[in-house]
Formats: sequence, structure tokens, C-alpha cells
Amino acid sequence: MASPATSPVDLAAALVLTPPPLGDWLVILPVVLMIGAGAILLMVRKSVRLHGGIAIAALLLLVLVNGSLLLRVIENGPVTMVMGRWLPPFGIAFTADLFGATMALTASLVALAAGIFALRDIDGSGRRYGFYPFLMLLMAGVSGAFLTGDIFNLYVWFEVLLISSFGLLILGSRPEQIDGALKYAVLNLIATTLFLISVGYLYSLFGTLNMADIALKAGDLSGTAPLVTLTALFTFAFAMKAAAFPLNFWLPASYHTPRIVVSALFGALLTKVGIYALIRVTVMLLPVEREVLSPAIATLAILTLITGALGALAQSDIRKLAGYLVIAGIGNILAGVAIGSPAAISGAIFYALHSMVAMTALYLVVGEAARRASLLSGDENQANRWSLHTLGGLYRSSPGFTAVSLLVFLAVAGLPPLSGLWPKIMLLKAAMDINAWWLAAAILVSSFLVTLTLGRIVLLAYWRQGLEPEAGLERQTAVRGDWRLSLPLGALVLLLAGFGLFPERLLSLTQSAAEGLAGPSAYIRSVFPDALPSGGIR
Amino acid sequence: MNTIILRTVAPVVTALTLLFSVFVLLRGHNEPGGGFIGGLIAVSGLAIYGIAFGTGAVRRALRFHPMAIAGAGLLIAMLSGLVSIFAGVPFMTGLWITPSLFGTDIPLSTVISFDVGVYLVVLGAITSIVLALEQEPGPEFPAPALRGTTSRRAETAAFAREGAPDPVTKKKRRKSGGKR
Repeated sequence: MASPATSPVDLAAALVLTPPPLGDWLVILPVVLMIGAGAILLMVRKSVRLHGGIAIAALLLLVLVNGSLLLRVIENGPVTMVMGRWLPPFGIAFTADLFGATMALTASLVALAAGIFALRDIDGSGRRYGFYPFLMLLMAGVSGAFLTGDIFNLYVWFEVLLISSFGLLILGSRPEQIDGALKYAVLNLIATTLFLISVGYLYSLFGTLNMADIALKAGDLSGTAPLVTLTALFTFAFAMKAAAFPLNFWLPASYHTPRIVVSALFGALLTKVGIYALIRVTVMLLPVEREVLSPAIATLAILTLITGALGALAQSDIRKLAGYLVIAGIGNILAGVAIGSPAAISGAIFYALHSMVAMTALYLVVGEAARRASLLSGDENQANRWSLHTLGGLYRSSPGFTAVSLLVFLAVAGLPPLSGLWPKIMLLKAAMDINAWWLAAAILVSSFLVTLTLGRIVLLAYWRQGLEPEAGLERQTAVRGDWRLSLPLGALVLLLAGFGLFPERLLSLTQSAAEGLAGPSAYIRSVFPDALPSGGIR
Repeated sequence: MNTIILRTVAPVVTALTLLFSVFVLLRGHNEPGGGFIGGLIAVSGLAIYGIAFGTGAVRRALRFHPMAIAGAGLLIAMLSGLVSIFAGVPFMTGLWITPSLFGTDIPLSTVISFDVGVYLVVLGAITSIVLALEQEPGPEFPAPALRGTTSRRAETAAFAREGAPDPVTKKKRRKSGGKR
């Protein structure tokens, strides 16, 4: 590569020559910011005192950047920046549309909440081991996955977040963590390999990896056997990532082993990245083939909904229970993908956003409930700590925390007045619109079972008196509120309640996001400014 | 492995390998080579040093923790991409300056600084893995670097002979670990 200034060739054929507006940098800044913060934290890895401050500041900045990115996308439509100013599809494009930007913003909010809570939950040795650098790199991977416009690049960000998640998962190095991490690693690597194989297959079909370019070219081949196979492969890989039923055994095997804040991050982010990729590929790039596979995806959705809820109902370990609730939530989103109409996708996106916040809050509540109960009972046994058989007396000792927990449980179950209600109504309506009453019934049955499960937690862990109520009351002074828990948990509950009571703004946002996926002309034009409605630019 | 031949040759080999790795890094711009392979070559030099004198000697010679070096490399690579914000071109665009030094034009670019970043990331990350593998198993992992090579060498020799650390040196080691 010679210096562009002295080159005699026509640069306009290969390079973007117009300088990008400064606002376009917002699409790459989340990743740059997180990698930079991760690098700085690695450099000061010995001074663990600095870690919390640097990481929280970086996450705050990330929220600001993602917020301004979302505002810009709402105002100007999809934002694209091509790396190294090579013309797409050869340069790697970062493209943020409404779907990606809202997911990225929600993910950064959740990460900020988890980062603040980690100030308490992660002790000195956990920080020395590198909790915060791993968190930064995890967020780099998550932001990259949500904002990239190139399918191979999406694979790269999957790897980045997967490797950081391995590090987070074994933080503490207890034997059961290694056991969980092994299952998690093997099954996720299989899914990632499948994803890579699908990407190779896709490249051989289209000769391009740029998502906008694929969307342009998919029309020529639509409905043919190779594309249906490709879509099935992608669905398989992403369903495994998203923990859909027959492929989700890594989740219950591993999510209860790490620190509670790590479980919260994983439950909120990792499965949602899989769902994001599934929606991006099947709804935006290969919609005709998704229609062909719709019965299969619907079956997956129903199985995931029911097994997730039944699994939760059968568990007495509240951490494992929370893992099954994550799975049940994924079933709802998959139901939306199976229906595929803009209304259903809008519901699925709404549910994904809601679920990110709700699952983080749920894990924080579960962790705090176990901590308070073990302080009350004075029982140091780790196995008892999480068991519904021994938990009890929380309502009597901490009524305020019980109220917050109830709100979170209502949100997870999808009951009013919290934000879980609206996406379920949207999904039910979309299912009834195409007479898929069985899908609607599965969503309702699953919601009912989830409500039962959560009711069981409330009855046993909160309402029931502790094993030694008198001794518990004496020890009550040991249980104290802490801003590092109450601030993030309160903010998450406020978000859930806010969007439950005033859903209009988010509803219109997810609706336009879903329309942007169904008809990606704005997305394509943002990458190829002079693309014709049909056919490519070349 | 800890023979006098290896210990005599190792410093020379390590110095030459490190020099060669920089050569490969710079050569990589237009010919086979580059930051990744250069970093790997540098690590192989450090690995030989570690085999001859123990991991503590390598850690002391590096001065910074390998992971900190990797972090610095990541930061340099990222900043090289970010320079283009001031030139009004997209992220990661290669930018060139050719300052003239003693009548010779020296082309410098963000491409090279990015590659230097890659070199440091590979050097740091792989060195940290290599040191962990060369280190004999201890109560904590990664075990803290030792102050004196002699005890480390004795310990390594004892480990090679008997397959387990000598209790005396083990005690010494715990003491020096506690000082940190």
C-alpha cells in the first residue's frame, strides 16, 4: 500500500473519499472505548484499587456514547463507518441501526449496573485476577456484535466476548466453576464453529460478508435449497448461543457457578447477543428462508418456553432457577422470530430489551436474598445458602428489599405494571393475528408457570418465617443496605417500572426497529449511498 | 535442561532472537513478517532464557508484567486507529509522515505503530502463557516471582531430580513470597 497522496491510481474506485462526519465516530467509539479501558486496566493490573474507578468511569462514558449514538440513529437513520476507508463491501463496515443501537444502549446500562454492584461482590482477589479488564473486553465484544455490519466481524466479536466470558466464569477457580466452565466452553465452541462454517458457506454463495451487500444479493437466490440450508445452519448455531431448548444444556450447567454479578451479566448479555444475531440474520438478511423454517423455529420456541418454565419450577436452588427463567425468556423472543411479522419482531425486540434489564435485576435480587438469609440464619453452608428449603424470613427482616424483589419478580413474570407485560401482549397479538393459537397458548402457559415459580420463591424465601425467627431478629443488625447494591438495583427497577408505565416511546422505537429489519433499504443505503432499490452497485 | 552449555549460550541466543524479532516486525511491512510473527519470535527468545535461568529471571528482565505489556500493546494499536479522527478519515485508516533524518526519508505510519501494538500484545500474552507453563506448580498460581535466582535454580534442579520441590527451598520461597 503506497501513500495515498502520491498514488497515481483512481482512489475513488477503492476508497471513501468524503471525510466522515464526526458523529459517525459514535458507531465505533463503544468498541474503542471498551478496548482502551480494558488495555489500561491490564496495564495497572497490580493496583486493584484503581480498577473500580476506571471501569465505572469507562462504563458511564459507554452509556453516554451509546445514548448519543441512539439519538443520532433516531434522527438520521442508520449510521455507518467503514474501517480504513476502504469502500464496502471490502472494508469492514460498522453499521448501527435502531435495533443494534437500542440493544447496545441497554447492554451498556446493564453493564454499568453490574459494574457498580461488582464493587461489593468482587473481592480483592477477584479484581487481581482481572474481573474489570474481563468486563471491559466482554463489553467490547458485546458492543462490537451489536454494531458491526459485517458477518465475519460478528463472528470475531462473538469470539472476543466468549473468551472474556471464560475468564469471568472461572473467576475464583472453585472446582464446580471449572466443571461448569468446561461444559460452557465446549458447547459454546461447537456453536461458534458452526457459526464459522455457516459464514464460510454464506461466503461461497454470495461472495460477500457485508450484511447490507448480502441483503441486496439475497433476493436473487431467495427460497433456493442452498439458502434454506444456510438459514437452518445459522439458526442452529445462534439458537445454541441463545440457549434454545435442545441446545441449551450449557446454561443450567454453568450459570450458577460464578459470582452472582457474573451470572447477572451472562444472563443479561450472552444469550441476547445470540438472539440479536439470529434476528439480524434470519429476519433482515434471509427473510424468505426464515418463513420456510418458521414451523421449526416455532417448535423450538414452544419447547424452550415450556422446558424453561418447568425447569424453573422444578428447581430449589434459586440460582439455577434464575438460569431456567433466562431460558424461558429466550422462548418468548424465539416465538416472535417464528412469527416474523414486523409486529412480532417488534415484540421480540421489546422482550429482549426488557429481559436484559429484568434478568440482571433478578440475579442481583437472588444474590442479595441468599446473602441476607444466610446472615440471618448464621448458616455458612454454601449449599444451603441458595436452597429454597432453608431460605426464609426475608419479609420480616427486610421489608424494603422484599418490595423491590416483588417488583422484579412481577417484571420477570410479565405482569403489570412492569415492562414484561407489553412485549408479551405484542407477541400474543401477533400470534393470534396469524391464528397461531398454539404458540399463544405456549406463551401463556409458560408465563403462568413462571408466575408460579416466582410465587413459590416469595412464599418460601420471603413470606415463610425463618428457621429460627428470634435468633434471626437479633442478627438483623448485620444486614445493612449498601449503595453498591441499592443504586444499581433501584435504577434497574426504575427502568422496568418506567417502561412498564410509559411504554409508548419504547413501543414506537421497537416498531420502527422491526420495520427497519423487515425493509432494510435505509440500512443498505447507509452502507451503499448510491445503491439502487434492486441490484448491486457493481 | 539446565546445563552449563545452555546457560552460556542462552543470553547470546536471546539477545539475537530479540533483535531478529524487531527486524521481522519492521520487515513485515512490505515482505513476509510483521507484528504477530515478530512477537512470537521474541517470545521464543525469552522462553530459552527462562529455560536456562528460571522464570523469575525472565520476569525481572522484562521489568513489567507480561500482561501489562500486552495491555500497552492493545492501547497502542487502538490509539493508532484513533489517530485518523484528527485527519478526517475513518477509523483505522493508515496515515503517513516521512520525516527526513540526516538526509534519509523515514516513512512512519500508523500502520507501523499498529503493528508495534500487535507485537507487544503477542509478546506479552504468549510470554505470560510460556512463563506459566515453565513455572513449576506451586501453592498459588501464578506464583510470585522470586527475588534471587539461586534459590529458584536450586528449586528447579530439585524439582527435576525428585519431581517435587525440596522442602527447604519451598520454605524459603514462601518467605520471599510473603515479603511481596
